[in-house]
Amino acid sequence: MRITDKDVSYIADLANLELTAQERQHMVKDLDSILSYIDKLNELDTSDVPPMAQLAAAGENAVTDSKSIPASREDQLRPCLPRTEAMQNAPATDGQFFKVPKVIER
Amino acid sequence: MDTPVLTIPAIVSAIGDRKLSAAELVTAFYKKIKAEDGEIHAYLTLCEDRALEQARNIDALASRGDTLPPLAGVPMGIKDVMVTRGIRTTAGSRILENFVPPYTCTAVERLEAAGAIVLGKLNCDEFAMGSSNENSAYGSVRNPRDKSRVPGGSSGGSAAAVAAGTAVATLGSDTGGSIRQPASFCGVVGLMPTYGRVSRYGLIAFASSLDHIGPLARTVEDAAILLSVIAGHDPMDSTSANVPVPDYRTELQKPVKGLRLGVPKEYFGEGLDSEVRSAVEAAIQKLAAQGTEIVPVSLPHTGYAIPTYYVIATAEASANLARYDGVRYGYRSKSAKTLAEMYRKTRDEAFGAEVKRRIILGTYALSSGYYDAYYLKAQKVRTLLARDFQQAFTKVDAVITPTAPTPAFKLGEKSADPLAMYLADVYTVTADLAGIPGISVPCGQSTGGLPIGLQVLGRHFDESTVLRIANSIFS
Repeated sequence: MRITDKDVSYIADLANLELTAQERQHMVKDLDSILSYIDKLNELDTSDVPPMAQLAAAGENAVTDSKSIPASREDQLRPCLPRTEAMQNAPATDGQFFKVPKVIER
Repeated sequence: MDTPVLTIPAIVSAIGDRKLSAAELVTAFYKKIKAEDGEIHAYLTLCEDRALEQARNIDALASRGDTLPPLAGVPMGIKDVMVTRGIRTTAGSRILENFVPPYTCTAVERLEAAGAIVLGKLNCDEFAMGSSNENSAYGSVRNPRDKSRVPGGSSGGSAAAVAAGTAVATLGSDTGGSIRQPASFCGVVGLMPTYGRVSRYGLIAFASSLDHIGPLARTVEDAAILLSVIAGHDPMDSTSANVPVPDYRTELQKPVKGLRLGVPKEYFGEGLDSEVRSAVEAAIQKLAAQGTEIVPVSLPHTGYAIPTYYVIATAEASANLARYDGVRYGYRSKSAKTLAEMYRKTRDEAFGAEVKRRIILGTYALSSGYYDAYYLKAQKVRTLLARDFQQAFTKVDAVITPTAPTPAFKLGEKSADPLAMYLADVYTVTADLAGIPGISVPCGQSTGGLPIGLQVLGRHFDESTVLRIANSIFS
């Protein structure tokens, strides 16, 4: 096994996931078998191959040029989501702001 | 009213001729949903009052003799990964159990502007991560053709509703095969358009360089009509392409004679069920008899598509799902004392096992020291996979393959082995990685009566040819 419980704990920390001991145990096993399968990619020599950074550029015909896929739109003033609607799904608010547990101890 | 046989043109013309009332039609669909969907479980949320009001508006238009919009009164279902203002949207996850979006997905907005009526939101794998619909936090969907089997995934509810006749057509999303594979398993038509063809504004993001929205329908013609409505540039999605949208229904009339169709040997090798092979080969013979030229081609990197996909899709998912933190919307853990604990407990309590597995894998692939070995490597192999298709399309107009290696499998058959489940997408992930359009169309059935799907893949933005070929197999 090249993946250890410690690795999974470290990655779970990065991902803000709190895994139980049992979940970590399953994850070690699953991750190990999936990564072994992914190792298949190393059979290919890709030293001269550029990574695909943008899907649009992969098109074999000219319609996918930069003009047909505008990355930005005109900067125009328009109404945004009203505060009440933006807050309606929040677990806790004071009506003005989202509320979260205390971050800084006084 | 026999809902399973209705098609879009039949409904729109019957409503226009006042032979059918949109409100009565919608009522008939809800009656069928209530009688039959308990067992199939395609729907997660119904919006009956809203749908009936829309239907009455269509009836009012028809009674005034006004010209009806192209989808007037067509009852549809929407995969629950597309946000709908005022209608609960869960993404099949506990973390969004009570989420009521403040805005509507562009594709859904365009359907409704064209007169379609949303009956409700459809079950799917959590955040569209799965190939069997068994990863839904709200329970599995059963395949209407054999209720002991899965409907496929992740758009399992979208395919099952069309197959069961509890919607005339539906929208699904496809990141690795999630429209085409369930369409194949349930015996319906499922179309994944070119990357950029349909706006993703309002689609809950899974893997942004791979996510697509597309229609599932009973006929190729219905899928073509729906694509004409939802396709086209949207200023709200910076990846949506400004490419002219043809009238796909008219395009279907053109003959297939003279088209060159590639058959890639890599899609007919080990792992392909013999009945699927025979059905697809028979359909290819039928295409040859219609005057197409069948050309053997090779897509040499096909075997690397699944590992490439699972690196890229999970890496992007790990970033996209970082937004679920219990602050602005969705579930929040009750037991957390600190902010850090709140993030971690919220995510642990409300994400399912497969979602956590993919977040962990994706975070690992992007983490310091592993980025080059996994993510960068996968992006390079993705270039090779796209080049395979570019090369093939210099020789042929489209590529014909099976949609899935087997017909629908049993509930529980693969749910314990993530890798076995991933391999159910072996023939579909390539098109997502290359950004090309693909369709699954029914081409036969197994001796056990299970549907078999054939896949047509085409050039970027050439959905017309893909639809035309699919239609000649279908009709």
